[in-house]
Amino acid sequence: MRCLICFEQLLPKVDWTSFLTVQKPIKLCVSCMEKFDVIDEPGCKGCGRKEGNGLCFDCERWNLSEYSGVLEENVSVFGYNDFAKELVARWKYRGDFTLVHAFAEAVQTKYKNHFHGMDAELGAIPLSVERLLERGFNQSEAVIAMLGASPHHFFKRKGNEKQSKRGRVERIMGENPFVLMDSVECPVVLVDDIYTTGMTVRHLARLLKANGCPRVHSFTVFR
Amino acid sequence: MLQEKISFSREQLAGKLLTMQELPFSPEDVNELVRQSILNKIPSIVTTKGKSVCQRCGNDRSYLFAVFPHSTCKNNTCLYCRNCIMMGRVTQCEPLYEGAAVIWPQHADPCKWDGQLTVSQEASAQRIVSAIEQKSELLVWAVCGAGKTEMLFPGITAALQRGLRIVLATPRTDVVRELLPRFQQAFPQVRIQALYGDSEEKQGDAQLLISTTHQLFRYSRAFDVVIIDEIDAFPYHNDDSLQFAAGRAAKTDAARLYLTATPRKKEKAKIRKRTLPAVFIPQRFHGHPLPVPRLKLILTLKRHLSKGRLPQSIIKTIQIQQKGSRQLLLFVSTITYAGAVKAFLENDFNVASVHAEDPERGEKVQRFRDRTIDILVTTTILERGVTFPSVDVFVIDAGHHVFDEAALVQIAGRAGRSPVDPDGDVIFYHFGKTNAMLDAQEAIIYMNKKARKEL
Repeated sequence: MRCLICFEQLLPKVDWTSFLTVQKPIKLCVSCMEKFDVIDEPGCKGCGRKEGNGLCFDCERWNLSEYSGVLEENVSVFGYNDFAKELVARWKYRGDFTLVHAFAEAVQTKYKNHFHGMDAELGAIPLSVERLLERGFNQSEAVIAMLGASPHHFFKRKGNEKQSKRGRVERIMGENPFVLMDSVECPVVLVDDIYTTGMTVRHLARLLKANGCPRVHSFTVFR
Repeated sequence: MLQEKISFSREQLAGKLLTMQELPFSPEDVNELVRQSILNKIPSIVTTKGKSVCQRCGNDRSYLFAVFPHSTCKNNTCLYCRNCIMMGRVTQCEPLYEGAAVIWPQHADPCKWDGQLTVSQEASAQRIVSAIEQKSELLVWAVCGAGKTEMLFPGITAALQRGLRIVLATPRTDVVRELLPRFQQAFPQVRIQALYGDSEEKQGDAQLLISTTHQLFRYSRAFDVVIIDEIDAFPYHNDDSLQFAAGRAAKTDAARLYLTATPRKKEKAKIRKRTLPAVFIPQRFHGHPLPVPRLKLILTLKRHLSKGRLPQSIIKTIQIQQKGSRQLLLFVSTITYAGAVKAFLENDFNVASVHAEDPERGEKVQRFRDRTIDILVTTTILERGVTFPSVDVFVIDAGHHVFDEAALVQIAGRAGRSPVDPDGDVIFYHFGKTNAMLDAQEAIIYMNKKARKEL
């Protein structure tokens, strides 16, 4: 066994517990595991970031804008630190798909604990055709598959611009790049890899809410 | 497609090994190029008896392969290589494209270098020329500052006269940057390109290429002459996939030259068994002996290291050193310590620090060369390939495992490179001798002795 991230050899510890019970295979070495910045108690109730208390400045601004109340909340599993940035770059942009298994367990647990008992549809964020061809997979669908669900394709994308190549103002001023294809009357959890400004999920949430969806949450791996 | 575009692509693609994503053409154009045999499709990952091998990087370790649900081929378990993924993903379902060979021009008189080789350099240069002519293998074992680059000129001239394609590959980016202007000066009429991770030139379609060994992943059966500089350097010497790439980039009948100042055990064994022809150059081009490192024990060094400081005795030595005319290269073991030492010396001296991840690394090295900085604190990245005319070299904590024998010999070789100032102080500060230090010292003394005998 080797660490999924740094390829360090993993030596599973052998004691009576591991000898007598079935153990989950370990995926990561201790030092890589420690580099994840786990959000156990979100500081902001709105966007799920670790810092702060109550509602953060960005969420207050959202509440004063036309997007007020569009999104119930965002829940994230890890903080987007330098280690996470590198990991996401390798996973998403280089296309090292198997790295999803590095954070699968934590993501599953978080989702189960937080959205416990909620009968929600999991909404995938679409990629443009070009981007999908380039990456070969959709990161949002990959996370949904990891949660053991099948994604609901509510949307289609108009253009092909990358959100990550644009600044906050550009993203917020830009027009909605999505078109709704399907509407539902149950709550929806939009799943993505990162919540940065929260623009993408609000674009989608607004479309859903305007078409009869009662509540829209968002769930991302990194914040 | 226009005929013009095809003849253009022929040159551009010759000897390349690329994925569909890396090709600057639309899929239709690529198919047309394949039909005209300008590109050949070759399988990207070959699996025999359950063992997969990536055809780009030679990776065959199962933990460096993974599967993913590929949206393009609709296969839920499409295999891809994780070893070379930083250069773009190689997947099982997509082939690699290999550019067909083209004929390169013959240059009648390409070399405009007006320098003179010494008698012993000349003899070695002739060995290199005949190795290139006979398309054989040769290891050039030359001490630091022997003038390896200049010794290559006659060989490269011979290759260019025959219309051969040449690559000079080295593991280090800094070395590529330093070599390019020297080659451009020597061969002004030949198109020369430098290729490294973030080089401006990305084409890599010249007849003479100077590149990092990593760039060879993108070539297949491309070169008639492959010269690998610093074969003992990190990461080449311990990376099988780089050695695979270097082998694959060469044509089957190519001449292969390996340059080193500090061959590893593997090469030394081959030389002894006479399976690898070698030429040995123990003398520097200016004829002066290599500066022999002095070992200095400082018992408090460990304590100072943990606090990110330097002991008083080293600071005193630096003060005395700085009164002289030479600059100072200060080698340290880790990036964090490099920063700490720089901050510690900043108040009293004109000092800068560099390390591998430093974005201003090239600039700082240039400033040191221009003598606007007096002291340069560096990690092992400057251990080889770079030339400063007049420096003293101190190694702090020479017992650290990053300083192996080869590294220490190379570091010592930074001193006394100019004929105007052929000497320099080399001091290894330590808190306990290691074999690496003693071996390095011994190797340098041995080479000086050999050089004396040759005279």
